[in-house]
Amino acid sequence: MRPARAHPLWLAFVLHRTSGLALALFLPLHFWVLSLALTQPERLDAFLSFTEQPIVKLAEFGLVFLLAVHMFGGLRLMALEWLPWSAPQKTLAAGAVGIAVLISGTFFLQVV
Amino acid sequence: MLASIPVRLWEHAAGWEAGLTQDTTVLEVSVWRGTALDGAYELFEVPAHENQTILDVVSWIQQYADASLTYRFACRVGMCGSCAMMVNDQPRWTCRTHVKKVLKDRRVRIGPLRNLPVIKDLAVDMDRFFDKWVAAGGAHVPSAGRGDPIPAVDPEESARVKASAGIECINCSICYAACDTVAGNPDYLGPAALQRAWTLLNDAKHDARAQILDAVSGTGGCHNCHSMGSCTVFCPNDLDPMSAIAGLKRETARGFFRRRGG
Ligand code: HEM
Ligand code: SF4
Ligand code: SF4
Ligand code: FES
Repeated sequence: MRPARAHPLWLAFVLHRTSGLALALFLPLHFWVLSLALTQPERLDAFLSFTEQPIVKLAEFGLVFLLAVHMFGGLRLMALEWLPWSAPQKTLAAGAVGIAVLISGTFFLQVV
Repeated sequence: MLASIPVRLWEHAAGWEAGLTQDTTVLEVSVWRGTALDGAYELFEVPAHENQTILDVVSWIQQYADASLTYRFACRVGMCGSCAMMVNDQPRWTCRTHVKKVLKDRRVRIGPLRNLPVIKDLAVDMDRFFDKWVAAGGAHVPSAGRGDPIPAVDPEESARVKASAGIECINCSICYAACDTVAGNPDYLGPAALQRAWTLLNDAKHDARAQILDAVSGTGGCHNCHSMGSCTVFCPNDLDPMSAIAGLKRETARGFFRRRGG
């Protein structure tokens, strides 16, 4: 039996768990590639030219997205559990963070 | 003369009923039969009514179709917490769930509550649920005796506000059935017991408050909770066990640092 789980907090939990697991799988690989800079620079260069392909760029976007989702999801949990705020206060705070992310995100995109 | 009155009343009631049920006719109800290990859903056709709860449907089956159907209820008005079942795979209090609200294509599926061992059909063994209530420190220990003056309780005081938030729990186990952490870890105390612990922790009239933080920080304790909030979404009394558990997480952490510091 599967009770209906399609409510926002449950979906947030699933997203947090999948992104956390995906990060755990990806990060060792990531550090290994970075370590090539010290051990085998020519292999790193070969790899970096491989990352110029659009499909790899898309995958990179996915990983940055995972990290962002997991980080904000984690901060959300910590706020939820550690700051006993009332519901309207939480809505305001979430709105403020949302707007801040939007503004700083646009700024960031213009810089790069 | 006297005998004809009930007959006429009966005829009248039957005609009235037929008028109401003309277009809705019958409900197709699948009901779990057997135990958790050995059983299956059985289909019953139940007359539809304008005003009908899931508990009415189950009672109709037991009274008119199969007297051996086992289920539990008492108050029929959302007070006793004994009638909870899975309705279309969601935990609900059946006495306060209108058929219309959950009907899909004239079909509805009724099963025993999740996360508890099935005794037979729709009745589950709730011992584990109540044992955890006690294990979480949820049995009340009075801080004053019969001879003592009655201490004043200020309903506006902040600890009392927290205690009052969860006081209307009816032990229905709906939150316990909704919780995926309970499903994954049979030792987890679960939302209702932990909410009870939070209520007593904030209750000035409870004398065993120091024991509560120990009781809720063991292996099955409050830190298992992932704040996924199914308990709060499904509680039929609009209580918020998720936030109560967050309160326990804060207090246990505070206690931990206090102990290390002092
Ligand atoms: C960026 C900062 C990060 C923050 C703020 C953060 C926060 C959190 C929090 C609060 C939890 C508990 C979730 C729960 O109780 O359900 C958690 C779980 C988890 N995190 Fe992170 N985390 C971060 C980075 C990472 C990284 C880099 C990894 C990869 C190694 C990771 C992997 C995991 C995993 C596998 C879980 C378990 C998921 C679960 O229990 O549902 N986290 N994280
Ligand atoms: S918030 Fe905690 S207790 Fe409530 S359903 Fe989720 S894991 Fe279970
Ligand atoms: S907290 Fe709500 S759902 Fe859980 S046992 Fe109490 S009344 Fe039922
Ligand atoms: S029968 Fe008492 S709560 Fe439903």
